[in-house]
Amino acid sequence: MSTTDLPAKAAAPRARVRGRGETSRTAAVLSHGALILASLVAVLPVLYLFFIALGPDKMDYLHPGGIFAKATLSNFGFVLGHTDFFKWLGASLIVAGGTTVLGVMIAASTGYAVSRMRFPGLRPLMWSLLITQMFPVAVLMVPLYYLLAELNLLDSYLGLILVYCTTAVPYSAWLLKGYFDTIPVEIDEAGRVDGLTPFGTFWRLILPLARPGLAVAAFYTFLTAWAEVPFASTFMSADHATLAVGLTSFVSQYESQWNLMAATSVLIAIPVSVVFYLVQKHLVTGLTAGAAKS
Amino acid sequence: MAVAVQGAPSTGGRDREPRPGLATRVKRSYSTYWYAYAMAAPVVLVLGVLVGYPLARGVYLTLTDATSLNTGHTVGVNHIPDTFKFVGLHNYADVLWGDSSYDRFWSHFIWTIAWTVICVTLTYGLGLAMALLMHQKLRGRTAYRLLLILPWAVPTFVTVFSWRLLLADNGMVNVLLGSLHLPQPSWLEDPLAQKAAAILVNTWCGVPFMMVSLLGGLQSIPAELYEAAEMDGASPWQRFRFVTLPGLRAVSSTVILLGVIWTFNQFVIIFLLFGQNAPDVQILVTWAYQLGFGQQPRDYAQSASYGIILLSILIVFTAFYQRWLKRNDQGVI
Repeated sequence: MSTTDLPAKAAAPRARVRGRGETSRTAAVLSHGALILASLVAVLPVLYLFFIALGPDKMDYLHPGGIFAKATLSNFGFVLGHTDFFKWLGASLIVAGGTTVLGVMIAASTGYAVSRMRFPGLRPLMWSLLITQMFPVAVLMVPLYYLLAELNLLDSYLGLILVYCTTAVPYSAWLLKGYFDTIPVEIDEAGRVDGLTPFGTFWRLILPLARPGLAVAAFYTFLTAWAEVPFASTFMSADHATLAVGLTSFVSQYESQWNLMAATSVLIAIPVSVVFYLVQKHLVTGLTAGAAKS
Repeated sequence: MAVAVQGAPSTGGRDREPRPGLATRVKRSYSTYWYAYAMAAPVVLVLGVLVGYPLARGVYLTLTDATSLNTGHTVGVNHIPDTFKFVGLHNYADVLWGDSSYDRFWSHFIWTIAWTVICVTLTYGLGLAMALLMHQKLRGRTAYRLLLILPWAVPTFVTVFSWRLLLADNGMVNVLLGSLHLPQPSWLEDPLAQKAAAILVNTWCGVPFMMVSLLGGLQSIPAELYEAAEMDGASPWQRFRFVTLPGLRAVSSTVILLGVIWTFNQFVIIFLLFGQNAPDVQILVTWAYQLGFGQQPRDYAQSASYGIILLSILIVFTAFYQRWLKRNDQGVI
């Protein structure tokens, strides 16, 4: 059994010697069946959206069968050419990008502090990071609205970026703490011996090593900001609407043009999915780095 | 959503090294603390201003009778000052045992608890099943992973919208059910079907996170443990029960805690799936939003009271959960 982990094992004839983790033919067929079914369920809603987006008429979603005959890309053309799509996209990119940069910087430095340093206030800090995740939007919405108004940050990108940092930073700090925990402390010690300050160690040694963790944190932060609806729709005017808010405007402004909504949704989903697939290799390691050590 | 899934925590008193002398300790700790505080300062600042202050103000609002009619606002150049008054704990009393408190609070409370328990059980169970399937040496694992995490990659408001089309009265789900000669409920209208639809969509959105986290946990269980168990003649079920589950405990405790917090506060799915005209399916968070933003006059005080009650429920839950975990030597913090 000691050779189970060697990759060469996969090439060995299955019928004779079966190692751990290799499955019998029936089990493999069943597993494939379950995974194919699950994949279908996972992909279906997104594909369906794309399909509906091909129907030129706003009521086509009621008779999806009819779309086959008249499928066209005209909805995409209309959304790109005759709506504020690019304005919304710009706003979303500014807000999501800004949140990512600012949020990951703050989260990384916090994560490093709680991972490496023991200081009075550590546990309260960890607790407040956890409790921040528990805030229901409804508690913060009204007071935040007034706070932003007082700071003159209402309807500004900076205001929205700061608001998103409050939700994204605690998760990311937690995530990065877990990741930093897996980086051997000896590396910090070596840095200190070579005369680096704690901040220098963090910046020059640990951050480069933590890239996969940072990628996951950045992705998470980006996705949070990209997909947030309640704050964006409450705090931003039509001039600075993000994609999430812009999308809902199809309901009122164009009297429920589902075909346009579907096309816009597909256009919104594509860039995130691309970013997602760029970082997905790191997702498993980044997410569970802390667990791997236990 | 992504989050740190941590293993045995390194904070707390469990793994403290033997202490050096007092003088060295003070000298060393000064430099360490200084940096620690400097590095934690940004997060404290951001959270303090943008969470702490609004929270304090929110608590204050719960003690008043503030609505959009008596709250200060600016019309043109005229500033109208606040006219709401202090009412003490009246709001809490009214929410929890005032007139029709069952219809307003407790019915939503029961549904919120049921919603959280069902959703977390389903997402965790399905996520674990998927992770176990993916952990085998199967052909095309990468392809499966890419497809299975798609629900996570697409923004929630997009997928909810797509589910609205799928669940429409003659949408694809009902067409499928019809072709199998099953009943075709009105998913977006009928109260019971609405609840089922909400759970379905939330589970669909939540499974990928559970799956990826638990898959990482599975990969971290040393293969030797399974070999040893197999040598001892453990059946597959026994291996799952006595090797896999204990090996996943650290990851599980974290994802379950986060799952509960996120599901309890899940706003977007219910808000966007049904709009505001589905009173039965509203969980406490969406109901609180409805009170504070979705009606005229906006009842800020009641909405904030709901918020504080929600927060308290979660904090109490977390404290008990942490204690329970600690008894099993598995704290999250």
